[in-house]
Amino acid sequence: MLKVEGLFTEYPNDRGQIVKAAQDVTFEVPEGKLFTLLGPSGCGKTTTLRSIAGLERPRAGEISVNDRVVYSSTKGVFVAPNRRGFGMVFQSYAIWPHMNVFQNAAFPLQVGARKLSRKEIRDKVLRVLTAVQLDQFTDREATKLSGGQQQRLALARALVMEPQLLLLDEPLSNLDAKLRELMRFELKRLQRELRITTVYVTHDQSEALALSHSIAVMNEGHIQQIGTPREIYERPRSQFVADFVGTTNFLDGTVLGRGAQNGTYRVRCEIGDVEVLSDDELRSNDRVVLSVRPEDVELAETRPDGDNVWEARVDQKVFLGEFIDFQVKLGSRILLSRCHPSLRTPIGDALYVKLHPEKCIALKAS
Amino acid sequence: MQAAGYPAMTAAAPAPLWRSFDLKWVVIGVCVALTVYIAVIPLAFLLWQSFFTPHTAAKAAEFTLNNYVSAYSSTETLRLFWNSLKFSTGTALLAFVLGTALAWMNERTNTPFKALFFALSIIPLIIPGILFTVAWILLGSPKIGIINLALQNWFGLEQPLFNVYSLWGMIWVDGLHYSPMAFLLMTAAFRAMDPSLEESATMSGANIFQVAWRVTLKLTWPAILATLLILFVRAIESFEVPALLGLPVGIHVFTSSIYQAVHRYPSQIGLASAYAMTLLAITTIGVYFVSRLSSAGNKYATMTGKGFRPRPIDLGPWRWVAAAIFIVYFLLIVVLPFLVLLWSSFQKFYSVPSWQALHNLTLDPYRFIFTYPNLSRSVWNTLVLSLGSATVIMLVTSVICWIVVKTKLPGRWLLDNVASLPMVFPGLVLGLSIMIFYLNVDIGIYGTIWIMFIAYVTRFMPYGLRYNTASMLQIHKELEESAAMSGASWGTTFRRVILPLLKPGLVAGWIYVMIVSVRELSSSILLYSPGTEVLSITIWELWENGQYVELSALGVLFILALFVLVMVAQWLGKKFGVKE
Repeated sequence: MLKVEGLFTEYPNDRGQIVKAAQDVTFEVPEGKLFTLLGPSGCGKTTTLRSIAGLERPRAGEISVNDRVVYSSTKGVFVAPNRRGFGMVFQSYAIWPHMNVFQNAAFPLQVGARKLSRKEIRDKVLRVLTAVQLDQFTDREATKLSGGQQQRLALARALVMEPQLLLLDEPLSNLDAKLRELMRFELKRLQRELRITTVYVTHDQSEALALSHSIAVMNEGHIQQIGTPREIYERPRSQFVADFVGTTNFLDGTVLGRGAQNGTYRVRCEIGDVEVLSDDELRSNDRVVLSVRPEDVELAETRPDGDNVWEARVDQKVFLGEFIDFQVKLGSRILLSRCHPSLRTPIGDALYVKLHPEKCIALKAS
Repeated sequence: MQAAGYPAMTAAAPAPLWRSFDLKWVVIGVCVALTVYIAVIPLAFLLWQSFFTPHTAAKAAEFTLNNYVSAYSSTETLRLFWNSLKFSTGTALLAFVLGTALAWMNERTNTPFKALFFALSIIPLIIPGILFTVAWILLGSPKIGIINLALQNWFGLEQPLFNVYSLWGMIWVDGLHYSPMAFLLMTAAFRAMDPSLEESATMSGANIFQVAWRVTLKLTWPAILATLLILFVRAIESFEVPALLGLPVGIHVFTSSIYQAVHRYPSQIGLASAYAMTLLAITTIGVYFVSRLSSAGNKYATMTGKGFRPRPIDLGPWRWVAAAIFIVYFLLIVVLPFLVLLWSSFQKFYSVPSWQALHNLTLDPYRFIFTYPNLSRSVWNTLVLSLGSATVIMLVTSVICWIVVKTKLPGRWLLDNVASLPMVFPGLVLGLSIMIFYLNVDIGIYGTIWIMFIAYVTRFMPYGLRYNTASMLQIHKELEESAAMSGASWGTTFRRVILPLLKPGLVAGWIYVMIVSVRELSSSILLYSPGTEVLSITIWELWENGQYVELSALGVLFILALFVLVMVAQWLGKKFGVKE
């Protein structure tokens, strides 16, 4: 469906320096799927999205939708954004303050190349406003809408022309926390029902994990890893991805040799010898970084069975309601562990730490 | 989306040629060309003319430095320069001191009658310079000046107390006239300052004057310098006061000398150009430093965005002194000038107010004005010119400022500067350069209303640009991009999204340009010809003919009309949410 190949987008900033926003970005989004570009601010995710929209002119690469090329540096094609027919929701929603709800949603149908009758427009607009539950507000001034309603109107406006592709630029970032969670479900429901191919840009990892069929993690213009939410979270391929998505413990170590199972290795690190998993082929004496998620650091007051078990001491703990964060000390090293709040070991007491080999991800040290 | 609307995408062929001739580029091209044409051409020709002898039927123009030599070798020029300097500096200082004191009183103290201060923001708009000057002649001339005669009467003096036909008189009248401008500029400066800086000085034990002197003024010094420079430039550009008060007694400044050089027979356009170049150089330097100051002023930007109003300083019993000062000022700047015009407009022949004169009140001047053959024509010309130039300016500058603010086109900063260039032209210099250009390049508009139209558009374009830019900066980029993503072309986006969102600035700027066009005199005076007079020219002609009472009647009507216009503007401004 959407194909982006070797995309490079650069632009001069206010001081005239060239910002290398997107560097060799390549990905594909299958029909009906939601694809997320995830990364910290300035990583080039928004620029990539705007290049797909046609709001930025890339330097090189090719973008096509259903084999219709909308941009290609080699073929010299650049289709203007208003001729691409993609729907887009902007971060600020960009609701036109001088129009009411109906006029905002009807605008794409009035200005497009295809001429529609008044009645057709009315029907289509009412249908889409019903889908986003704004049908009772048609005559309301756009400026009198709440944040969540504006967001839904922006979505309705993007959907009204039944685009092949929907582009969402941090659509939830301007909402307060409660509403954001609610809209996350709404958005997911709507996307799954309409089966509209969507590219979603966000810096919020939980949003990305919750909504996406697949995620591309970007940093400094480059895509670091593409995968399903589970792959990205559980099997990060680089230190950056492991660090950016979720929280994690990093341990420096050196490979000793192959482990007991296929794909596992023994690694010597600060806390001792650990049995770990790696997708890369590792050799002895390779320097690696282990990533262990806090919820995979198991704590117990009685010694558990199996490998990768050490004795530790509680250094700090933070009660967060649904769970409790422990900082435990193994020798000189502190590990973060996220546990069920039923564990009440007092500070200073000893307990046992267990790391499952398949949850210890060895990454090549950068 | 209908994929059928697009050619099969295997076609790698470039877009057809006609598509690159998009409406967008036509509109942008026309606006840019127009801007460059009207802003740059007159300047170039003025420069050219100042180096050439006059072009006559007998002899083609020749290169010469004589204009500059004769302009600068005479001691006359030195006197001119010295007079201009004294006049402008004096005017700037007087206006500044008055304006700053009033601004401080209004912003920071509990002076009574604050509501009246509001009037200060509209007075410069409703009393044109020429009427203000005429009114002050009627008030302060040694022979007929009411104030002089009244004081002589009360104190039994032989000699008039003061003479408005003098350098000090000129400074007095022009300084008073520009003081509301200083008031507005300094009010803005005081408002931009975080009042907690002053409050902490008070908490440290400083008294009112220590706070005002050591904190308030010191912190606002970039604004003070900028205000002084702006006032200086305005004063050196001003034409009405030097022409009406200076010329009769032989006190020449640059503007009045340019006017005289053109109106001499044979007219010495080369000499006028040489003077004009000097004047232009001075104003350019002034405007350059003002813009430098306002960018350097960011360092002193003390705005915190908290937006709370300071607790006004309690002046105690002194507040009645402050109120008295303000009322005297208000009398001098509004009440007396308007009353003297009103009085004179009900007389058959001008006479000083007395019981006897009171019995001779008549409506004759108004009758004369309403039957004056030139009146309907000049009203019509004024309306056509002001409406036309306001509309053209606002539409053209909306495109210009869209390019400057919203695009990344290389060279857009240059366009901004070119469009702001007319700001440095004194009205008279602009009139002169346009006159020279269309005398030399005969495209049939010299002596028609079109040449004045061009002058107005050129002169007031920077104001339109400012209003539009302020408004354009408020429009989020995404509002426009979302229209493009909705499938709207550039033209549709501009018409249906940009222009409606620009409306506050567009309407405010349109009204402002209209008001200043209605009062325009100093460019028109060199460009009008019989049949293309505007109202301010008619007033000027009545003055030259000595028809004071008729002039007063027209002046009263003019001020009332401007007042209504300004009130409508304020009302519209509120309706469309325009700030300031």
